[in-house]
Amino acid sequence: MILLGQILEVLISGLLSGVLYSLVALGFVLIYKASGVFNFAQGAMVLLAGLALVRSLDFVAAQGFPMWTAIILGLTFAAAVMTLSAYVIERFVLGPLVNQDGLTLFMSTIGVTFVLEGLAQMVFGAEIYPLKLFPTDAWFLAESIFPGGILLNKLDVWGGLIAGVLVAGLAVFFQRTKTGRALRAVADDHSAAQSVGIPISWIWFVVWLVAGLVALVAATVWGTKLGVQFSITFLALKALPVLIIGGFTSVPGAIIGGLIIGAGEKLAEVYLGPFMGGGIEYWFGYVLALVVLMFRPQGLFGERIIERV
Amino acid sequence: MLYREAGQFKTSYAADMAVFPIRQDRIALWLLLAFVFIGIPLLANFQIWPFGSEYLLRAILVPFLILSLAAIGLNILTGYCGQLSLGSGAFMAIGAYCAYKFGTGVNIPLFGLALSIPPLPVLPSILLGGLMAAIGGILFGIPSLRIKGLYLAVATLAAQFFFDWVFARVQWFTNYTSSGSVNAPQLEFFGLFVNTPIERYMLCLIFVVVFAMLAKNLVRGNLGRQWMAIRDMDIAAELIGIRPLYAKLMAFAISSFIIGVAGALWAFVYLGSWEPLAFSIDRSFQLLFMVIIGGLGSILGSFLGAAFILVLPILLDQVPHALGIPVSVETVSLLVFIVTGALICWLLIVEPHGFARLWATAKEKLRLWPYPY
Amino acid sequence: MRAPAASDIAAGEAILSVKNVSLAFGGVKAINDVSFDIKKGEIRAIIGPNGAGKTSMLNVINGFYHPQHGQITFKGRTRQAMRPYEAARGGIARTFQNVALFKGMSALDNIMAGRTLKMRRGFLWQMLRIGPALTEEIAHRRRVEEIIDFLEIQAIRKIQVARLPYGLQKRVELGRALAMEPDLLLLDEPMAGMNLEEKEDMSRFIIDVNDHYGTTIALIEHDMGVVMDLSDRVVVLDHGVKIADGTPDEVKSNQAVIDAYLGVAH
Repeated sequence: MILLGQILEVLISGLLSGVLYSLVALGFVLIYKASGVFNFAQGAMVLLAGLALVRSLDFVAAQGFPMWTAIILGLTFAAAVMTLSAYVIERFVLGPLVNQDGLTLFMSTIGVTFVLEGLAQMVFGAEIYPLKLFPTDAWFLAESIFPGGILLNKLDVWGGLIAGVLVAGLAVFFQRTKTGRALRAVADDHSAAQSVGIPISWIWFVVWLVAGLVALVAATVWGTKLGVQFSITFLALKALPVLIIGGFTSVPGAIIGGLIIGAGEKLAEVYLGPFMGGGIEYWFGYVLALVVLMFRPQGLFGERIIERV
Repeated sequence: MLYREAGQFKTSYAADMAVFPIRQDRIALWLLLAFVFIGIPLLANFQIWPFGSEYLLRAILVPFLILSLAAIGLNILTGYCGQLSLGSGAFMAIGAYCAYKFGTGVNIPLFGLALSIPPLPVLPSILLGGLMAAIGGILFGIPSLRIKGLYLAVATLAAQFFFDWVFARVQWFTNYTSSGSVNAPQLEFFGLFVNTPIERYMLCLIFVVVFAMLAKNLVRGNLGRQWMAIRDMDIAAELIGIRPLYAKLMAFAISSFIIGVAGALWAFVYLGSWEPLAFSIDRSFQLLFMVIIGGLGSILGSFLGAAFILVLPILLDQVPHALGIPVSVETVSLLVFIVTGALICWLLIVEPHGFARLWATAKEKLRLWPYPY
Repeated sequence: MRAPAASDIAAGEAILSVKNVSLAFGGVKAINDVSFDIKKGEIRAIIGPNGAGKTSMLNVINGFYHPQHGQITFKGRTRQAMRPYEAARGGIARTFQNVALFKGMSALDNIMAGRTLKMRRGFLWQMLRIGPALTEEIAHRRRVEEIIDFLEIQAIRKIQVARLPYGLQKRVELGRALAMEPDLLLLDEPMAGMNLEEKEDMSRFIIDVNDHYGTTIALIEHDMGVVMDLSDRVVVLDHGVKIADGTPDEVKSNQAVIDAYLGVAH
């Protein structure tokens, strides 16, 4: 019973931290779906959003305003920063690069990553800033069944809830709104979409804005977990295997991929790690993704591509 | 008016296929080689500025040469064969640690049977380090046969993180030193000891010139054409009889070999003692930037990119100083981020082939000068 | 296991025969039970309205698509599926509907790339580029220069193909296919998007290739005038089914063909 309880605890905490990876992966999927750009800068956007939020929040709180005012003002300010960055990225980098191949676009987002990381830290500071938006203490569940119960971090549960709301919101946005429909049209064929009068640069701005807001949401959760700091950008790298497993274009894929990677690496760390010198969660997700690729090159949920000449 | 090719007629295909078909270019190249092989050592010997300063040799020229070599390696894979790699740091690490193991003696305990190789001299150690990196490159290149583009980039990232972990955690590679940091063996080549900065510089120079020449020959030969064909249109390449398996794995192997040798040189000649952090993902990005900025698909570009990436932080540090503007070290490092990133975006928009293409365009203009066409 | 050389097959015998081939993508039948043959030394046209399965047919012949049913016999050897590079090694070359050149390379390098299969020296020799490797490179360069002369593209040989106009790109692509010295040359709409003069040039090259090198040619073309002038025999596909096969004159007067082109209700 103790062993089973342990496994369950590891599994649940793995699944929930996987959801947090999904939060970052969602931003990738949105932009890739709508513009074919694989946005390496998503992690840098999380950093930027987090820094803008925590610094403005602290500033307002220090002026003696109540906490809820500070939070609202902070979120507003961070959203404004993300709007500005979405505009600048679309206007000055991806707009001029329209019609380039995927790798060029990808490399340009690596450039954007470095600019955002440098600017964000130069403007808002480069320390570790603690953020307390969600409770971080733990629940102990099912103590009657398993001795000691199953430890469950409240923050992780919050993360799961937020991810669920976000996915539902995005689904409504994509399927039910006019902008969402235009977005899907652009994703399919941007020159065709343009020719029926869809303003393509506006649509791409919206996509980057939505991805920026998703980054802000991810920043609230991750910032509470780790504090807002530079190493948050490595999340972007953690989200890559999630995308590989889930496929670049699938929103549910991003969630399920996150769950698989989260649970897989926690289980591997706890049950294989000790035999291999520990620390294997550092690479486990990537190698897992690689194995998946060997058998299904398009990911678990991606569509099979028919090549034409 | 010096740069004219009128009157230089090519009478054979061999002459037409030369790397520098224009005579003035050949003269310039010989002058450059004479300067770097004879001029710089002489200047350093007589302590003539700026080559008298150890700083220039040790902290700029040696890393420039080694990183140029690594950039050539990455350029073969990414620039010529079109396979994006974010794991070059890992292959440098394989080269460095395997060279270290071969240099200090390999001992693999295999269930009672022990496989032992006595410590090898430095040169074979470095080359074997490169060979091990090539094997690693092939292993992580195998997915490239089924997956393309961005998916492959993630596969190379897997190599990066996996080997980061291996060299940090598997103490066999560091000969069980308590700190995890290892020291390079004494650099001895055929009885000659390499110690002073100018000797280190000469050593790297020889490696770089030899490898650059071999690489240039490869990329303009049959294999190079196969790589570029795969890069530009892999389906058509296969339909004219190019085997993707062979061409891609050769690109991975040769690229990783060169990067591995560069890694071994970086550890042995430049750092002297090092930890896994020296080959982290930051190094991979640094190399990728060199290749993009210098020019994808250009050997010359690898040198230009390496020079730029190395000089940029120094410039950003020194220029405000000279102007009397106080800038903190931290600000400089952030500025480097911003400038490099912005430059990448700008180059991808205006000149996707980097500095090398700008250079070629300038030469073309000079050839026709003063006429515009 | 070398494929028999084309010279083993006498002129007028079938160099390639397609028997009962069917190809489907999911539920969509691109080719349905099609059989025909191509005789050594002839120019064979494959025509049909859009979506008739012509390009899919070429893709099946050179191994890019694998048909669910049927057999392909090439130079006396029957096979069902092969990798495209094996087809290339067997002597099938091909050009594409939308030019598929290596955009970053010069015209010369594109055509040189077509010599890949003929080049023998390993990478160590190439790396040193001395002795046999250099001799080999020069020998192949000479062959390629012959093709360049033949196609009259001397002036553009060092220009990156992405910067060439469409008509010239098509010519370079033909050059690349010729560099493979194929036994069977597949041309997918070699004249699409060309003006009259360019079409005349291209027709002349196709006839010359057929005459001088004796290369068997299968081509897809929409310009009926060109097809009727160039080809020895024509096969007509419609909705993946063969509806006619014969000389240009026979095909021209075939009622099914006229219906397919003019769109009679089925």
